[in-house]
Order: sequence, then structure tokens, then C-alpha cells
Amino acid sequence: MGISLPTENDRANESAAAFISCSNVVLDFQSRGVSQRVLSDLSLRVLSGQIVSLLGPSGCGKSTLLRVIAGLIDADSGRIEIRGQPISKTMPNATRDEISFVFQEPALLPWRTVWHNVMLPLEIRGLSKLKEKRDTIEHLLQVVGFKSSDWHKLPSQLSGGMKMRASIARAMSTNPKILLLDEPFAALDDMLRSKLNDLLLAISKEQKCTMLFVTHNIAEAIYLSDEIAVMSHGRIAECLKVPIPFPRESKMRSSNEFAAYFGVVSESLSRCHS
Amino acid sequence: MKSWIRRCSPYIAPLGLFLFFGLAWHLVVQWFDIPKIILPSPLSVLNALWVERWILLRASWVTLQAASAGLLCSAVLGSLIAVLFSQSAALRIALYPYVIFLQTVPIVAIAPLLIIWSGYNFRTIVLVAVIISIFPVISNVTSGLLSVNENLRDLFRMQSATRWQMLIKLRIPAAVSQLILGLRISSGLSVIGAIVAEFFVGNSGEYDGLGTIMTARQAQLKTAELMAALMACTALGIVLFALVNLMGATVLRRWTRTTGFESEK
Repeated sequence: MGISLPTENDRANESAAAFISCSNVVLDFQSRGVSQRVLSDLSLRVLSGQIVSLLGPSGCGKSTLLRVIAGLIDADSGRIEIRGQPISKTMPNATRDEISFVFQEPALLPWRTVWHNVMLPLEIRGLSKLKEKRDTIEHLLQVVGFKSSDWHKLPSQLSGGMKMRASIARAMSTNPKILLLDEPFAALDDMLRSKLNDLLLAISKEQKCTMLFVTHNIAEAIYLSDEIAVMSHGRIAECLKVPIPFPRESKMRSSNEFAAYFGVVSESLSRCHS
Repeated sequence: MKSWIRRCSPYIAPLGLFLFFGLAWHLVVQWFDIPKIILPSPLSVLNALWVERWILLRASWVTLQAASAGLLCSAVLGSLIAVLFSQSAALRIALYPYVIFLQTVPIVAIAPLLIIWSGYNFRTIVLVAVIISIFPVISNVTSGLLSVNENLRDLFRMQSATRWQMLIKLRIPAAVSQLILGLRISSGLSVIGAIVAEFFVGNSGEYDGLGTIMTARQAQLKTAELMAALMACTALGIVLFALVNLMGATVLRRWTRTTGFESEK
């Protein structure tokens, strides 16, 4: 089980090499006998502790790439590695336990309370009885902004934003080293979105978690990321380093630097799709 | 006063229509001098209902027992079959045609056969009720177990959940609302099944359900009493349906705090 936190030493060793590496990944989807290329010769490297956004129009393969990295879909060819360990759907290994996924919708089980939803991954792994795990969950729920009086509410009693917070807490419950997020805030309003962006930054800092974040939203991608990977037609068209320093604060969104970089990214996007 | 009117307004139109229909029926019977055996007047039906009230109540109770026993068996057996179907595509493909056969079999035609096998008794009535009411349970629960939201399935797969964990923690709880939906349909069918079976069990002297009363009244050409029994049948169907609905709503409310069936999107 690779769910214990690594020591600082491990961290230092890992950070030099790529944490997530995809090389020459090819994937075709078959529908009604017609083969369609979804990922074509895609390569991507993400360093440890980084937040990388995948930006691109619908249907360019962003979500599919995330699912391939999560080991939910197998690529037709190419290699996916997490810290040098190969990932595949057909040969699951301990490395997959270090990955968590946040879906586009909160995907909470409607018959379970917030507490039991967040506990679910640990329950499946047979760890839910451990005292330290329960403490972890309590801490996580506080971090994502749940008052203890809301822990035992059912999802139907929560607002959309709170559902998403519960979903993030659930993803973090196994102490993942990698968090994959598939447009998690697409359905939320701007205020909530920027609040949850700050939450993600705080979590990434506290839990030292590497994140791959799929989004349509340029501002969100800039605000969150170390790097932005612009995707087009199943491959990474451009990788842009975000020049805005950490820690990020909300007021940076209105800075000239931010606005200027927004222009750079949107130009890159339109270049890739012209 | 106004709010009282507003609260009652949904009932006024159906009630008015009922009175109008009853009046028309009464007048038609009077004007055309229709014989009592063919079409008794609504008043004589009401009279028969009153005179036979204890007989009908007792018979309704007997039939209610048979129908609800059948419904319960359908719920348990149908759910078990659905769980098996959800676990094996081969089993599903092999057996589904026979399940559809259960749905299409003319129950009126096989009831006599079942009586030969099982005898003139309560068990036969329950058996017929089960055969006619099990299909909606199997089909609804199977689809509930299989059509679990893909993200939820991925969530379990990401944790390398076993088949068993997936079934117990995800598929079965997700299928609860479908089971209740199936039972709502099955409740009406189980009453039909019980009454039809009672037609055939007939006046054996060992069993006295609503269907038995109806065949007896038909033989005696007591049309008003027959129609009174018919009304009791309808009422019984409504009672069982309402009971299942009430239980379903209670379960769902405790289950997900939603009363409707929108728990999965």
C-alpha cells in the first residue's frame, strides 16, 4: 500500500524526475466500425508537486487523457508511467492507489452522508476502522469547509458547491500523490469557482499533491497552474510556463501581468485551432 | 374559506363527473326499463354493497392477503433473479427470453394447470399472483443494477473494488428506487393475478376471496351483487397500490431525502 505520506527525503529525490510521464500515447475509439483517433502520439511530463492544466476545446481528448492516466482506459500504444511505474487498466498495481480522480459532477452516492461518502475509498480498501484515518477525514472535511454539523447530511441537502467540496475531500481521503480533475467546477458560478480554486491551491500546498487539471476556462488555468498544456487534436500542441509567482492570491487575477498572460494563452489556443 | 375551496377544487370536477355519471346511469335504467339482471340501477348496486358489506370485507381481506403475499414473493424472488442477471451476462442472455415468457403467458390459460398441480388453495392463488407480478420487478431492478452512473463505477474501479463490493456498496443501493418503481406496477398486477386465480379455484368451500364471490354471484345471476364485488376489487387494487406507494415514499425519503426518483442523474 502506497498511501502513507512519503518523507521529505523521498520528495526531494522524486522531484528531479518526471512524476507523471506519458510518451507517444495513441488511442483510437471505435464507433460503428469507424475508428477515430482520440489521442495521437501524445507526450506529456509533469513534475512532482506541480499543477498542470490541460486546456483545449471539447473533444480534443483532455478527459480521455485523464482517464488513461488514471488507468481506467488502456492506450493502444505508448507508455504511461507514474514515478517510473507503468499504469494500465489490465494490470492494476499499487501505483494506481496513489491516484485520485475528481469528476465533472460531484458523483456522490445519494444514500450516503457526507461523512460516509468521504470515507468510501478507505472503506473499499478496508481501512475505514483505523482511528488515524478517521482523524484524517475530520481534518479534510474541515479543510474543504464543512462545519461538523453538516458532516451527517445527505448530498440532496447540500448546495452544488458543497457537493463539489465533499467530492474533493473524498478524492483526498486516500492521501493521493496525484489528483486528476476533470473540469470539476464547470457547473459552478464564478464566485464559487474562484473560491474552490483557492481551496485547490491550499490543498496542493498542504498535501504536496501533484495535480492535472482539465478545464475550458483560461483564467482558471492560469490562476492554478505551474504549466498549461494546450491540447489540440489528441496531442499537446504547446506547453506554457505560467510566469506568475506563487503563492497565488485572488487579487492577482486583476493584475496587468495576469491580463497580459491571458492574451498569450488565448492566442496560443486560437493558433492551435486555426 | 377561499383556501378551503382551493384545497378541495381538484376533487370537485371528478366528484361532479361521478355524480353526473351515476345520475345518467340511473335515468337510463329507468327510462328504458332495463331488466335488473342485465343492468341494475346504481342505487341497487349501492344497496347490494351495503347488504353484503361483511361478506365483501372478509373476502377482500382474504384476497388482500393473497395479493400481498404474492407481491412480497415477487419482490424478494424478482430482486434475487435481478442480482443474478446483473452478475452474469451469459445468464441474462440465456434466461431473459423465459422471463419475457412470464410476462406474455396468458395467465387465464395456465391458472387451471396450476390448480391441478398445486390444488384448490391459498398457495395456488399466491403462485398465480407471483407469476403475473414478478416481471416488472425483475426488469426494473436488473436495469437499476446495470445502469449505475459511469463516474460512480469509475470511482469504485479507481479503488480496485471487488465485484462484491461494487454490488453491495453501489449497485444494490442504487437499484432501490427502481425496485420501488417496479413494485408500484406489480402491486396492481398482483391483485389481478389473485382475483383471476380465485375465479378458477371457485366455490371449493375451502377458500373465499373476492374472485370466488364474483363467480358465485354470476352463477346466481345476482348482477347488483356482482357489481358490488367489482367495486370491492377496484378498492382493493387502490388500497394495495397506495400502501406500496406510501412505503416506497417513506423508504426513499429515508434513503436519499428525496421523494421522487431523480436520485441518479
